[in-house]
Amino acid sequence: MNLVLILFIIIFSFALFFFSKSRIQFYAKNNHQFKLKALPKFYAYYLSLWCALPALGILILWNIFEPNIVKYLIISKIESNNLSSLSSDQLNLIFQRVKAYYAGNFTGELTNEIKEGAEQYKRFLSLASSAKVTLFFLSIVIFTAIALKKVASNIHAREGVEKIIKVILFTSSAAAVFTTFGIIFSLLFESIRFFTTINFFDFIFGTSWSPQKAFISDTSVELTAAQLKELNEAFGAIPLFAGTAFIALIAMCVAVPIGLFSGIYFAEYANRNVRRFGKPIIEILAGVPTVVYGFFAALTVGPFFRILGESIGLDVSSESALAAGLVMGVMIIPFVSSLTDDVINAVPQSLRDGSYAVGATKSETIKKVVFPAALPGIIGSILLAVSRAIGETMIVVMAAGLAANLTINPLDSTTTVTTQIVMILVGDQEFTSAKTQAAFALGLTLFTVTLALNFIALRVVKKYREQYE
Amino acid sequence: MNKELRRKKRYQAEKRFQVYGIIAISLAIFFVGILVTKIFSDGTSAFSRTMIKTEIKLDADLLGITDINNKDEVENADYYTLIYDEFTKSIPFSNDEEEKQIITLLSPDYEYEAKDFFLKNKNQLGKTVTILLTASDDFDQLHKGNFPRDIPEDRRRLSNFQLQIYDQLVKENKVTKVFNNYLFTKGDSRDPELAGFGGAIIGSFFTILICLIISFPIALMAAVYLEEFAPKNRITELIEININNLAAVPSIVYGLFALGILLNVLELPRSTALVGGIALSLMTLPRIIIPARASLKAVPPSIREGALAVGASKVQAVFHHVVPLAMPGTLSGTIIGLAQALGETAPLLLIGMVAFVVEIPGSPLDPSSSLPVQVYLWSESAERGFVEKTSATIMMLLGFLIVMNSLAVYARQKFEKKWN
Repeated sequence: MNLVLILFIIIFSFALFFFSKSRIQFYAKNNHQFKLKALPKFYAYYLSLWCALPALGILILWNIFEPNIVKYLIISKIESNNLSSLSSDQLNLIFQRVKAYYAGNFTGELTNEIKEGAEQYKRFLSLASSAKVTLFFLSIVIFTAIALKKVASNIHAREGVEKIIKVILFTSSAAAVFTTFGIIFSLLFESIRFFTTINFFDFIFGTSWSPQKAFISDTSVELTAAQLKELNEAFGAIPLFAGTAFIALIAMCVAVPIGLFSGIYFAEYANRNVRRFGKPIIEILAGVPTVVYGFFAALTVGPFFRILGESIGLDVSSESALAAGLVMGVMIIPFVSSLTDDVINAVPQSLRDGSYAVGATKSETIKKVVFPAALPGIIGSILLAVSRAIGETMIVVMAAGLAANLTINPLDSTTTVTTQIVMILVGDQEFTSAKTQAAFALGLTLFTVTLALNFIALRVVKKYREQYE
Repeated sequence: MNKELRRKKRYQAEKRFQVYGIIAISLAIFFVGILVTKIFSDGTSAFSRTMIKTEIKLDADLLGITDINNKDEVENADYYTLIYDEFTKSIPFSNDEEEKQIITLLSPDYEYEAKDFFLKNKNQLGKTVTILLTASDDFDQLHKGNFPRDIPEDRRRLSNFQLQIYDQLVKENKVTKVFNNYLFTKGDSRDPELAGFGGAIIGSFFTILICLIISFPIALMAAVYLEEFAPKNRITELIEININNLAAVPSIVYGLFALGILLNVLELPRSTALVGGIALSLMTLPRIIIPARASLKAVPPSIREGALAVGASKVQAVFHHVVPLAMPGTLSGTIIGLAQALGETAPLLLIGMVAFVVEIPGSPLDPSSSLPVQVYLWSESAERGFVEKTSATIMMLLGFLIVMNSLAVYARQKFEKKWN
């Protein structure tokens, strides 16, 4: 249905374009006192854009809102038919059944309510689709008529077209803002539902994480005080925050020295050949998908550390924080290295020259002059790297553990925020369960923290750049 | 003397500092080396498949075929019994347990292989032919040398009896390796020897296609607006900050977004390349906008001024002159953005693309997997055969990434104008 309409509008507007173009050309040729204010093609563009865009917009908006409106109508109907008041989840369930019955894949007890609902559903759907088609064609007719009238009164067609183009361009760039709002909305929506059952401070400061306990009920049902207490105690996110920070710390211990030194070497010492071959090889590390690192960490590095530990009598978990952190550090090396390289290259040569002039060696110049001058930029890039490490998912999902232990032993297994999000959300989800909502609350925390880190880092880097420009 | 000593020390410090740099770079290169060698040494064996040669009499009675031209009969003939009887007959055994052990040396798909063979060689009915059958995963791994033989029998997946048969078959030259076409053409399977990443490649293709269709036009238009038309005001500033921040949002957050909005509110189908593509396109958007803006900025103002001077409007100057010149840089940025999207896993996990998909998807609306997700799925499997399959999938994925990135570099070097 939608496809046919879209196809129709495409063909129709193209036809309109060519038809009107030749008409206008013909008309202008035969009426010598008539002076066109733009090239004929702009009139044609004007017409076909005004014919196609509003109709397409209506189609898109309609398709986004139609299912929800129909759902609302059905549910309010069921609600008014029912004497006993139903909770929103029960109503939702009935609606799902109605839909399944309508689609013909309903299994289970068939009640009158569902049959009636399906009947209505069908009616609403056919009503909606005929309304959609009517509105669609109406908009084509109206907007084309208006545009035609404007063209007939010989407006400045090119300016009209360019205005439309600018609006389209602006809308595209606003897509980034819509995305951000979409992300915030989706995270907040579930998180708020989560925090209505679970105390916010219990979540932020609680020290035990065992979401499997949330199976005891879904949050829409009234809970007893004891159950609520147990639920509140199940979602203490401190072990996850600690695990995330710990693994990120291990990663930074690997990535910062290696990245920093290689960045400095590339910027200050390396001759052209080393730069030409060395840099791309290290950049390979940045291009490798994280799932590959995860595989490598889980099947090579983890077992390697375990065997190594066994041989010297240490008890190493095969899902140790060390393995995950180490591999994550390797992943981040090129990030730190190339940022350091850029930042150091931005330090003005005059600073170095001054230092050489008073007799400092190259390394002394770097340590005492270039590095301090570049420090804000380097700190900024390290902050960016930390935010990468915190948000990294696949390595920790595959190589770090699942159990939330509060530990500072790198040989022990620990878990992270991203691991828990994946563990909770892979597979079937119950959106009324506190467990699923907890994943969104974790996501919100992750989003906030990385956003803050990036914001600070970008500001620091920007300030630093301005300093030397 | 003291001065001498100090200078020596300072020079030593200088040397040390350089050596640290060299060590750091060598370490990084060493990691690349380990990663690549490990993947390749594990993965290459997945490209071959172990086959067992068997002599089989295409017995019409066993097959239950009375009329060779009857399509229905040929289609539904009892290939299972044929292979079962003929294969167990070729190896001596003493009890039922051993008979079972013999037949499990073959991959469970043998009846379909026999059917394919027969459909191609109908005229051989009643004759004895040599047929190649895919060996089971354990047999395959044994033949490839990935299977330790010298551990006690109860900890091994193959019994002593099966090992004997293997040695016997090898001695009779009945075990061969062929190119593993299943790897490229089949979807996922519980049996490693029958599993392939064909479905995953198609899934990845659809996902990236959707991602390209959505993100490229929007990103290009956004970049053009911000670079050429945007007035300097709060709204523009807000959009710019937004884009920079979006580029650094962890990919898993896009997965949460897709789950919360695309699946729950808009009710798009789960596990499909469509939803995956939309989620990835939002992630790729800022990653294309940033290089596109950079290459628009690199076009010198004289181009715009020249166009404006001969009477073009601002829109015409931009679209006829600036955008085409900025295209090489934009395209290479797009390809790099898509390469990143191709390797992305976390958002796809959350929208359910981890489902076990045997069918090869025919459209973006079918449930599908993708290459990185296939890596994740197989790496979680216990069977030894999946390790080489995972590595082979990674090789495939890295191959695609290398091709895409070289394409990006080529596009930039070949078509980009240098302005001096």
